[in-house]
Amino acid sequence: MAKLFVLLVIILGVIALAQLMRVYELSSKLTEKKENEISNRDNRLNAKLMLGFMLFMFIGFIWLMLEYGWTGRGPAASVHGEQTDWLLNLNFVIVILVFFLTNALLFVFAWKYVKKPGVPAFFYPHNNKLEMVWTVIPAIVLAVIIILGLQSWNEVTDEAEDKAIRVELFSYQFDWKARYAGEDNKLAKYDYKLTDEGANPLALMTTETIDKAIELMTTGPNGIEDMETKLNDPKLVFSEKMRTEMEERLARKEQLIRLLHQMKARNTGKWDERAMDDFIADTLFLCKGENYELTFRSKDVIHSAYIPHLRTQMNTVPGAITRFKVTPSMTTQEMREIKNDENFNFILMCNKICGGAHYNMNMMVMVLDKPEYDKWFKGEWQEIDGKKRLMKRGKIHEETFAHTYYKEDPTKTYPEMQAEKAAAEAEAEGEEMEGEDNAEGQEAEEPEA
Amino acid sequence: MGAVAHEAHGHHDDHGHHEESFVSKYIFSQDHKMIGKQFLMTAVFMGVVAMLLSILFRIQLAWPGEESEFLSFFLGSEWAPNGVLSEDMYLGLVTIHGTIMVFFLLTGGLSGTFSNLLIPLQVGARDMASGFLNMLSYWFFFISSVLMFVSLFVETGPAMAGWTIYPPLSALPTAVQGSGMGMTLWLFSMSIFIASSLIGSLNYIVTVLNLRTKGMSMTRLPLTIWAFFVTAILGVLSFPVLLSAAVLLMMDRMAGTSFYLSDIIVQGEMLTQHGGSPLLYQHLFWFLGHPEVYIVLLPALGLSSEIISTNSRKPIFGYRAMIGSILAIGFLSFIVWGHHMFVTGMNPFLGSVFVFTTLLIAIPSAVKVFNYITTLWKGSIVYTPAMLFAIGLVSTFITGGVTGIILADSALDIAIHDTYFVVAHFHIVMGMSAVLGMFAGVYHWFPKMYGRMLNTRLGYAHFWITLVGAYGVFFPMHFVGLAGAPRRYYDYSVYESFDGNALEMMMDLNVIITIFAIIAAFGQILFLFNFFYSIFRGPKAPQNPWRSNTLEWTTPVEHIHGNWPGELPTVHRWPYDYSKPGQEEDFVPQDVPLAEGEEEH
Repeated sequence: MAKLFVLLVIILGVIALAQLMRVYELSSKLTEKKENEISNRDNRLNAKLMLGFMLFMFIGFIWLMLEYGWTGRGPAASVHGEQTDWLLNLNFVIVILVFFLTNALLFVFAWKYVKKPGVPAFFYPHNNKLEMVWTVIPAIVLAVIIILGLQSWNEVTDEAEDKAIRVELFSYQFDWKARYAGEDNKLAKYDYKLTDEGANPLALMTTETIDKAIELMTTGPNGIEDMETKLNDPKLVFSEKMRTEMEERLARKEQLIRLLHQMKARNTGKWDERAMDDFIADTLFLCKGENYELTFRSKDVIHSAYIPHLRTQMNTVPGAITRFKVTPSMTTQEMREIKNDENFNFILMCNKICGGAHYNMNMMVMVLDKPEYDKWFKGEWQEIDGKKRLMKRGKIHEETFAHTYYKEDPTKTYPEMQAEKAAAEAEAEGEEMEGEDNAEGQEAEEPEA
Repeated sequence: MGAVAHEAHGHHDDHGHHEESFVSKYIFSQDHKMIGKQFLMTAVFMGVVAMLLSILFRIQLAWPGEESEFLSFFLGSEWAPNGVLSEDMYLGLVTIHGTIMVFFLLTGGLSGTFSNLLIPLQVGARDMASGFLNMLSYWFFFISSVLMFVSLFVETGPAMAGWTIYPPLSALPTAVQGSGMGMTLWLFSMSIFIASSLIGSLNYIVTVLNLRTKGMSMTRLPLTIWAFFVTAILGVLSFPVLLSAAVLLMMDRMAGTSFYLSDIIVQGEMLTQHGGSPLLYQHLFWFLGHPEVYIVLLPALGLSSEIISTNSRKPIFGYRAMIGSILAIGFLSFIVWGHHMFVTGMNPFLGSVFVFTTLLIAIPSAVKVFNYITTLWKGSIVYTPAMLFAIGLVSTFITGGVTGIILADSALDIAIHDTYFVVAHFHIVMGMSAVLGMFAGVYHWFPKMYGRMLNTRLGYAHFWITLVGAYGVFFPMHFVGLAGAPRRYYDYSVYESFDGNALEMMMDLNVIITIFAIIAAFGQILFLFNFFYSIFRGPKAPQNPWRSNTLEWTTPVEHIHGNWPGELPTVHRWPYDYSKPGQEEDFVPQDVPLAEGEEEH
């Protein structure tokens, strides 16, 4: 009914417009007014409107600037971000001046030089001096902008120092994970073919994970053997399309398994140690004043890690590693005080279109001071803020790779676990590897009891 | 007067005045004037569609999650269950809105319409170099428009990867449903579009170079022609690169190649592609994508040069500098594409080169702006609707241009890349400028196209609503962007979890933006009405309604094949002899010989 009503209004509106046009036409015929001859009244009206519009635009701009110019953005919370903001403000001053000046010239001229009967236009085809002026002045201003900008850019994109803390941000539809390098500050090697959604979601490479990946691909659910059995089973009926699809998937797996076997053959085990202390977090914890070398990875499509308050942004590219270095200069708590908002948090948002839930792909960023950070880094952190909402996804999820992979007591170090495992193996020779498979499906345990 | 002089020649060379069938006159026409009108009609249709799409997603952004009769009316229960836009369709709308606006309205519609109409008329040619290719160019454009439009109605939705369709998102139907049939249609449509654009551009270049009438040297060409000419060259050099990008993407999608794909696991399925690079696509895309900005913008600037000069009753200031800046912009536009990729993982050194080249573009742009302003200075401005739109264009070109300086600065771009600040920037500088330029062109050359006049008063109303609406939409957007709001977000509820104040501001501004957008959209009804009404019922146009110098106004009002009934006019002067001292009238058409002792400019 409402639709019908709206439709009716539109139709009536158009008819009314048409009638008005008829009236207008008839009256123009009577007064012999022609469409191409603009009356002085119309000229003057539009000239005034030009000036009026300029005022509307300028006042609107100033109002927006006062009302919203600084909301939401807040001060920069990283060292390079402070410089970015300084430069941004400088640029804004220049740009806003140009905006006001040239728009004012345009609209004031448009108002002032409207046709006045009897006053001819001034024939003024060119003036090389003037042309030079507005070539050279912008060139000089731009030179300043370019030099300052590139200086800043070179600093921001320069390589991070060796002892910068390594953190990897791993993106996938539609979430983020942060991987810390652990005590050795060395991120483990990875290969996407080793991905095991349960135990090894970030596809880290160790002798064990390679073996496990081969096993999964061969005998796991929907592994090669499984699929071959299904495809050859005369009792199962597939549609043409489904069969083709399954055959394609099987072909892919056969290709991948060859690559995995190659990887196994080349593997010397020298990467194993690196992986063991890597740990994975659902929240990006950073320490104020520390240098970070963030590296970025994507599992599926391009995403982008945008941390607006840290003035940090980098795309994550499947098949490649991207990087960005950052030094937080303000803790979450400090920012809360500045913003006078107890609920404020830093955030990492996905900023490259990546699918339906793109708008919902984010990760909390928590900047702590050194003592708190150290506590967290060692695994004692959950007491510090005491607020549940910090744990966005409900529970603490930080675990070292070794703990995730082996599902054992997180208080023990990897060598201790290895020793225990060896002992257990010696004890029960019959059925050693069985237990691990079952453990996979279980929920991850909390790091600290 | 030139026109009178030519009528005296009589109609001895009356070629092309044979009877035409309906099909050869209105459908498969090879006449450039008809083809220009066909382009315009198709573009107007596509433009209305794209505008409507933008209103649909603006409703979602201003009032997220609220039921809307309007949405369910257009999108039905599939894409707007209970009147709430679906996440996927939101991306689909954004994608197709961008694609249609950039390619179909502002490339096909602007270049296609005005290059076709004006090049032969203003250089003094009987028609395009090849009428047949010209017809082909339109029909390719038509087919691609149909395909793009149809893609809105397929079961899995239209393409949903943004108008830049970055792979892997656009390559993997399992990543987003629009990358299935919708993306296939997008790619086919765009490939055909590119063919159309290439054929058209080659034709324009050849016509400008070879078919100029006697006396029409390159330095006597109106700036419109210079703009169309350089635009066509840009198109010829850059569109094939987009085609190659599209073809490689098709192969990744259909033939299992890995040009753009590497090490991907999507929806739990491990792919075998290895060694490709999504960055390759981005380089190829933006190698077209940036010149494309100027393919869109230059014709609009060309049209407004002509209109501003005519209606200020003054020569365009710095004619040669204007040509120089068109050429400089054209050249520079090829070496700046990397500024779209500062944070994609591209080598930072390469980034700094692109900062340098990009900021250089500001110089010729500034020259153009100041020349326009000086043209107005001490003019005798006549406010035809076209003149209003042309001045509006200069304003948006400034306002949108200056924020480009910030975005081109890589160090600053990090903080605002892909936020609404970018959206605001390019909508003003490219979108609005080009749209205003196109309207200016339509108002100015409508009498030449249809032999009738548009209604001036409706034109005024249309202009003021459009300008206020446009600024009302895109000014606040800068502030949303500075608060860090990423573009292509279905809603901003995420802000709830970390900054309530910013969320409040964003919701305020989003409502303002949407309301202005709706007002501006209603304003376009005035134009559509005026346009279609005047085609049939507008008052008959005089031969030279705006008292203009260029050659198209020496042709008869009634369209004929071959444009001029007699001999082609001979050109004796540049096109900007307005208010020249010592002349009777305040304009001297190009085909009027120099008087005794008169100096050519």
